[in-house]
Amino acid sequence: MRRTAGLGLLAVCGLLAGCLGQTQSGDQARNADAKEITLTIVANAVSGGKNARGAGWLRNWVIPRFTELQKAKGVTATVEFEQNGAGDEDYKTKVALDLKTGGGGDVVEIDGIWLGEFAQAGLIKPLDEVVGSTDWDGWEQIPDAVQGLGEFGGKRYGVPMGTDGRVLFFNKKLLAQAGLPVEWQPRSWQDVLDAGAELKGLAGVTPIQLNAGTAMGEATTMQGVLPALAGAGRPIYENGKWQGDSAQVKDVLELYRKVYGGGLGDPVLQQEVKGRDRSFQLFSENRIGILLESDYFWRSVVEPRNGVARMADRDTAVGWALIPARQAGAGVGGQDFVSMSGGGVRVVNPNTRYPKQAWEFLQFLNSAEAVEESLAGTAQLTQRQDVNDKVLRGDPMLTFVSEKVLPITRYRPGLADYPKVSAALQQATADVVAGRSPDEAAGAYRAALVKAVGEGNVG
Amino acid sequence: MDSSGLGVRRAVGFVAPALLLIGVFLVFPALWTLYIGITDYRLTGPAAANPRVVGVDNLVEAVRDPLFTNSVWLTALFVLGSAVVGQNVLGFGLAWLLRTVRPGVRRLVEGLVLLSWILPGTVVAYLWFAVLSRDTGTLGLLLGSPETAWLVRYPMTSLIIFNVWRGTAFSMLLYTSALAAVPPSQLETARLVGASGWQTVRDVVFPHIRGHVLTNTLLISLWTANDFTPFLLTAGGPDHRSEVLPVLIYRQALESGQLGYASALSILLLVGNLAIALVYLRLLRRRA
Repeated sequence: MRRTAGLGLLAVCGLLAGCLGQTQSGDQARNADAKEITLTIVANAVSGGKNARGAGWLRNWVIPRFTELQKAKGVTATVEFEQNGAGDEDYKTKVALDLKTGGGGDVVEIDGIWLGEFAQAGLIKPLDEVVGSTDWDGWEQIPDAVQGLGEFGGKRYGVPMGTDGRVLFFNKKLLAQAGLPVEWQPRSWQDVLDAGAELKGLAGVTPIQLNAGTAMGEATTMQGVLPALAGAGRPIYENGKWQGDSAQVKDVLELYRKVYGGGLGDPVLQQEVKGRDRSFQLFSENRIGILLESDYFWRSVVEPRNGVARMADRDTAVGWALIPARQAGAGVGGQDFVSMSGGGVRVVNPNTRYPKQAWEFLQFLNSAEAVEESLAGTAQLTQRQDVNDKVLRGDPMLTFVSEKVLPITRYRPGLADYPKVSAALQQATADVVAGRSPDEAAGAYRAALVKAVGEGNVG
Repeated sequence: MDSSGLGVRRAVGFVAPALLLIGVFLVFPALWTLYIGITDYRLTGPAAANPRVVGVDNLVEAVRDPLFTNSVWLTALFVLGSAVVGQNVLGFGLAWLLRTVRPGVRRLVEGLVLLSWILPGTVVAYLWFAVLSRDTGTLGLLLGSPETAWLVRYPMTSLIIFNVWRGTAFSMLLYTSALAAVPPSQLETARLVGASGWQTVRDVVFPHIRGHVLTNTLLISLWTANDFTPFLLTAGGPDHRSEVLPVLIYRQALESGQLGYASALSILLLVGNLAIALVYLRLLRRRA
């Protein structure tokens, strides 16, 4: 009897499958004239830790300045900054759970690549649905490619926070010790492996750090598999299909085998829980020769003042080179060199109590003055062309990214399936690092891919 | 029959608050988990907005999923190694040996063992991380092989040793009080007839504390099967080699966002726990 009642309850709940969905809509003009407002901004930045510069900017400049501006209009604004210093995956989970349960900050910073799945889940809504009119003079300063980071399915969801580009960073001191030129520019994967073989002769030095495995999460895909795949000549998503166990995927896994099976990389580091942080630390201690990263590495990791793994002699010791294709002309679009780009986006929470003010706040965060201030005298590829024109000149690395890398770069497909594909790619590299053959790993990858996205979507 | 003389209405009044709490915090979440377990509900993506009921598909998928079978095996190993054998034997051993030592020594040892039990999990995980990590880890330095990343090379062994260290206090306390119930006269008789230590334990002590052994084993098995601390040390890695069930469920639910599938896995864990509990209860009843 009791069992039947329980099953009955389940069945009823099952019929009402809507119980789990999200249904909410708001009046865009709610609280538009409030005299007292509270806004919260959420970012994966924390004073004294991850993205410390961004955290300092929000706390010490943005919040006082915005509060002042509101005061001049007769509005008492309280702006709170919810700090986070977590890994990207954990931060994503937290934000998704916040938004799903109707909570979260009013303005939230997310990675552009999460936009699709968040939008499809109804966690975020197109900007004009949330705040009404999105007219703003700042749009014309943001290049279309960068604006695309904040768009999904042809709709605008948020304001991008700039972009980045991936290169090979190397330690000039170690290259010099190994008898290699310090103005190094490899022209093929073999050139990189050869340099690695030279560096291997130095005691206590890991020649190459090419992110691998699942512990590093998206960092494996973005700073490992995808640039390599672009170099092998085929992007991960093409003509509506995801790439299965193609020759190019096998080429990439073969590259991993050469690095990790040939003693050029440290397999254990790829499996450690904090492996990526540790790789940064090791690079800054002159114990890693070559490392594939985005310009984030230059401006936030080995940066001499605020970086998480500071290098006092960064400007003289750290070099950079374009990521070569497998061999000249073998990259996507017949390119000799390749890169991948991404970037963060700030969105307005659909559940905000003050949509109009949140949009005002968002505009303020993206004003030329605020963006320039956020750099605190350093340089970064910001979303705004006017700011970039001004600040990039002083920084050779970022000028290089802006002039040499962005013209050849590729973006990830902003689809909801992407994270599952990314996870399958990470697992494939983990398999190779653990000693399985590239063919076996590619086969297992294909099986995982079919399970994740369906046979019909695998090319 | 109304032996307390309360009357039905007042009796209901007395149990209502407890029933309400149980309903809100136990029954409802359990049913909710069952319900989510039959859907394809996800944290993000289209299935988050419009989940579909998929029936037992999740369970079927779980049974076929090599990650799940791997995880069941690791959980069994973890429970058997660290709880059933490790904590039990060490806890009893300590309780047995500490009977005869000076009270000062006993209190000191008990205090140290208890300390490992009452420290918060995150603190403990951090300490063990410091001991087992590479290059600057204490263990590596002591053994003269600082290049060994213990948690990567021997993930399950590390977790089992860690959990024995962490949980022995409970078994020790329980056995200490159980041993107090063994009549000294019988121990004395055993000594007079020349029984060895092991013979005494087996033939004199064990029959008295059999019920305690079963209760203790039941409790620590269930706790260990549900323990999430391994996540703090290895996060299931490297390459799923220490992914016990609670960790697998967490990773599927929150890292992969498959809330429906993970709920189905939780149900399987629950069923597994129930099965273990039933076996123990059977054994206890047979003894009675």
